[in-house]
Amino acid sequence: MSTTSTASTISRSTAPSAASPSGGTVDAGEIARFSAIAAEWWDPRGKFKPLHKYNPIRIAYIRDAVCARFGRDPNGPLPLKGLRFVDIGCGGGLLAEPLARLGAEMVGIDAAGRNVAVAALHAEQSGVDVDYRHTTAEDLAASGERFDVVLALEVVEHVAHVPLFLQSLTTLMNPGSEPGAMLFLATINRTPKAFALAIVGAEYVLRWLPRGTHDWRKFLKPSELAAGFRPHGVTVRDITGVVYNPLRDEFSLNRRDLDTNYMLWAAGTE
Amino acid sequence: MTTSDESRPSAAGQSTDSAGLTTDVVIVGGGLAGLTLATALATAGVPVICLDRDTPPTQLETDFDGRTTALAFCSKQVLAGAGVWPHMAEDAEPILDIRVVDQESPLFLHYDHTDVGIGPFGWIADNTVIRRALFARVAELPNLRHIVPASVTRIERDSGGAKVTLADGRVVKARLVVGADGKNSFCRKSAGITVTTWTYDQSAMICNIAHDQPHGGVAVEKFLPGGPFAILPLTDNRSSIVWSEKKTLVPKYLDMSTEAFTAELQRRVGTWLGPIRVVTKRSAWPLSVLHADSYVAPRLALVGEAAHAMHPIAGQGLNMGLRDVAALAEVIVDAHRLGLDVGGPEPLARYQRWRRFDNLTLITVTDLLTRLFSNDFGPLKLARDLGMAAVNRMPPLKKFFMRHAMGMVGELPRMIRGEPL
Repeated sequence: MSTTSTASTISRSTAPSAASPSGGTVDAGEIARFSAIAAEWWDPRGKFKPLHKYNPIRIAYIRDAVCARFGRDPNGPLPLKGLRFVDIGCGGGLLAEPLARLGAEMVGIDAAGRNVAVAALHAEQSGVDVDYRHTTAEDLAASGERFDVVLALEVVEHVAHVPLFLQSLTTLMNPGSEPGAMLFLATINRTPKAFALAIVGAEYVLRWLPRGTHDWRKFLKPSELAAGFRPHGVTVRDITGVVYNPLRDEFSLNRRDLDTNYMLWAAGTE
Repeated sequence: MTTSDESRPSAAGQSTDSAGLTTDVVIVGGGLAGLTLATALATAGVPVICLDRDTPPTQLETDFDGRTTALAFCSKQVLAGAGVWPHMAEDAEPILDIRVVDQESPLFLHYDHTDVGIGPFGWIADNTVIRRALFARVAELPNLRHIVPASVTRIERDSGGAKVTLADGRVVKARLVVGADGKNSFCRKSAGITVTTWTYDQSAMICNIAHDQPHGGVAVEKFLPGGPFAILPLTDNRSSIVWSEKKTLVPKYLDMSTEAFTAELQRRVGTWLGPIRVVTKRSAWPLSVLHADSYVAPRLALVGEAAHAMHPIAGQGLNMGLRDVAALAEVIVDAHRLGLDVGGPEPLARYQRWRRFDNLTLITVTDLLTRLFSNDFGPLKLARDLGMAAVNRMPPLKKFFMRHAMGMVGELPRMIRGEPL
């Protein structure tokens, strides 16, 4: 990926991060914002409180779907042992570290250098083995590395060039994986309800997230993701909504309500 | 002894290197609460190390702990879930019937287990029986390492993990330290957790008796002027006595000849069991309440008497402890299965929310009961007799009290509901 294409895919003109690698779909403004709060990743009552609350739900979704497909016992010891995972946009390692503890051979990548440094430091302190790298999905795909499970959670709504990003994700799926590599994606739907909850609610009312964290125009509908995968021979196999209950202060899966947060997994078309 | 450290040099899920032993959870204290938690966690696949000051042979000596424990239904569920119950079921006596008597008043509360419909109220077992069952279960679990004798000299905790140093220089590294080290918990003190404590002007005298007539699985609690007097059914025509008495009178009863003490007991027990014989040492335990102001600190959780030690009027001490165990085991297992940090802030906050308020409520209710029943003032006595008779005639209220005594209320942990962890 050349630097010229980087410039062409930046969607908002904020100061570019010095730490930005040569990635093609990376939005420099986004990187600057997340780097500013990277040190707080691991504080469950800090800025990433909603992510900490949401984390158990998404880990369970991934663990159970991977175990069902690869024939593992999700409650057994090291259920993900021997499977190669890549977590794209790993941030502070909130997802990569737990999955590595469950036995996954984990590569975590992030376009923000500070995130990678924070995540690597934390994994070392916790005694968890994760291979963190400061790179992008495009560069990793171009390097030829392939994985049994590709994760891109809460990332696609921040990238500048969605079709290119989706193509890179599908390229990272190992064609030799049996019974077939999986791709997980979680994001926010582009609906009025999502605007009310994820932007007005989370950024302005609850002040969970710094204002400007999300841009509603960059949210994607499930159908748009499905259409983005299809040319690469990948189909959505399962999709579920994730809803927040403010009274119980917890997230839960809701298969019928895809209006705000949703998760899906896709695999090679059969 | 198959449970000793030496016989199991490399347990599954643990690692040993020059820097010491590494595991997920290290439990300081291998008493009833500590070892039950250890066996529950190991049964659910969580690697665990349990440190104990005393070796199993020492703990099984007759003079080590001559007490008996009334295990509520919920406690049996926890022991069953940890795989301990099959090792002790034959030696535990079911309580089929509870009679609560106010002095010699004819009005009394009568609880029959068929009123609740889920089996006996509870079981009475010698503590030695429970300990032996725990040791037998430990021997079956490859991911549980029981290190004895072990004396903890230092506990270090930070965001990266915890380190427990033993007197012999060994070091155990873990994600979470559990303080199951009793009323004078070193874990609690080392974390600077303060306690709220108060004492009563009463001690509980404890001994076992043998008798000619069968007890028929009936537990009796009599409210005498000196304090509650309980007769709890044991196996082989034996019963356990818990006799609360004013502190100043206790030395007199302890120093009495066996004949004189037996006569005093017989007067209080009555004649329904026939002639009684005292078959164990008499011991006395001052009645007091201790409640930790927090059950958790970073990378530390307290269970059992390290968190709360209570006056035994309602026989709830270990039962509260085993409910802590069920809740903490669930919180740890849930985090472990998701690869989350078992000693991180979220699981610990969940444990504290779940247990501390429940226990505080029970302590307060028990305190009120003690004050209400250790009193001979006429109107108060009449009021509580009428109250008991009223409860007796109102099945829903009675069922509510019974389910409370059995520990079957509140947001129940999976182990208490009888589900796997």
